Amino acid sequence: MSQASSSVAGRDGLAVLDAEEIRRALTRIAHEILERTHGGDDVILLGIPTRGVPLARRLAARIGEFEGLEVPCGSLDVTMHRDDLRLRPARALGRTDLPVGGVDGKTIVLVDDVLYSGRTVRAALDALTDLGRPRTVQLAVLVDRGHRELPIRADYVGKNLPTSQREVVCVLLSEVDGRDEVMIGEGGRKP
Amino acid sequence: MKRHLISAGDLTRADALLILDTAEELASLADRPIKKLPTLRGRTVVNLFFEDSTRTRISFEAAAKRLSADVINFSAKGSSVAKGESLKDTALTLEAMGADAVVIRHGASGAPHRLAGWVQGSVVNAGDGTHEHPTQALLDAFTIRRRLKRGSTRGAGLDGIRVTIVGDVLHSRVARSNVLLLSTLGAQVTLAGPPTLLPLAVENWPCAVSYDLDSELPKSDVVMMLRVQQERMTAAYFPSVREYSRRYGLDAARMGRLPDHAIVMHPGPMNRGVEIAADVADSARSTIVEQVANGVTTRMAVLYLLLGGTEFPAVAQ
Repeated sequence: MSQASSSVAGRDGLAVLDAEEIRRALTRIAHEILERTHGGDDVILLGIPTRGVPLARRLAARIGEFEGLEVPCGSLDVTMHRDDLRLRPARALGRTDLPVGGVDGKTIVLVDDVLYSGRTVRAALDALTDLGRPRTVQLAVLVDRGHRELPIRADYVGKNLPTSQREVVCVLLSEVDGRDEVMIGEGGRKP
Repeated sequence: MKRHLISAGDLTRADALLILDTAEELASLADRPIKKLPTLRGRTVVNLFFEDSTRTRISFEAAAKRLSADVINFSAKGSSVAKGESLKDTALTLEAMGADAVVIRHGASGAPHRLAGWVQGSVVNAGDGTHEHPTQALLDAFTIRRRLKRGSTRGAGLDGIRVTIVGDVLHSRVARSNVLLLSTLGAQVTLAGPPTLLPLAVENWPCAVSYDLDSELPKSDVVMMLRVQQERMTAAYFPSVREYSRRYGLDAARMGRLPDHAIVMHPGPMNRGVEIAADVADSARSTIVEQVANGVTTRMAVLYLLLGGTEFPAVAQ
């Protein structure tokens, strides 16, 4: 639920991950992806806009450093597949950018910043089905904050963050927000 | 965005850019194995066509179907309109069927505006008389932006692009909508045509006017040829078709005067040999076929933005 949980709502929130910790978490996830996919052959990293996309790029860069392997990297917009479209005014679409060659037969790793209800990932799975037939689909998130509403789990987690539903988790990334930080704020208000 | 799309003049620059950017993202759908999105599942779009149309009706139908909406096609021929049913009664029938959007083409200017007062759903003007055709203007703006703005077009307007619209402006709803929309997006629009085919009070439009096409061509990035609408002409507006064609028709020699990057547009249907020569229409500079493809994408963007979000509260209107 990147829209609902990662906006810059709680500026005065409590920092839970700083830039160094985010870097280490991504390094570990990159290693785990290599391990679980037996060297990263046929892997495509697909970021979910907005902040999943820079995360996917960073993971691809790490994997490149460790194994000298060029992992294709793209973005997958899920807006048109969301189940909450009618709850809000029509929103602008993000970009879907697939690496050349498509997704058929590939191992897709979806990348997002926060895993919350699981509805964004459900939409992403639907969007992916329309693009082709991957061999497997895995999920990498920087933060898992719990409160799942669907039977979905992440394969790679940067940090498990126990939260209450009233709190707001806010991921800042330098590509989008100018600095790297994960914060948790006393919310109540959802943007 | 407003609830209806009646006039290109109702769109702010931000609205227009949102539509163009949405269309830009939707354009990639055409290259995918499954050219369909589930977004408007369960919504009903009625195509209400009182005038003949090929590309606009098919284009709206394809757009609605690609967004998984249910489409009901209505053409005046063979319906109760032939028995004398009024627009209002037709509208109430559609209302009773639960149309979420009505796409209307009508021979009378202002018909979509009247319809908007009678139905709950969104009304999209697909051409009313000699008044407006906003989705055509949007797809033209989209085509111009894709062809002339290289690289990332997202959020870009048409600032500084010089567009010359040529011919039968008087009877053209496409021209009016284009003048309004393109000037909102920052383009400099010039109308060129014989004085008899320019509307009254054209000096109040946000554009320049010229009677001499040849002097405009070298400074145009886009030339948009309009169809000579003989079916709407009730008087003699020019001495002969041949003379019109010689002074305002776009032939290969005239196309040669255009800058190298310039494109030639035509909203269709064309009168080959009257306003545009066949070899110009089929040349690499012509975007006529591209305009049709972009029409589906742009109309998908319009339907998504009007119907994709929260339903408008009925009482608010």
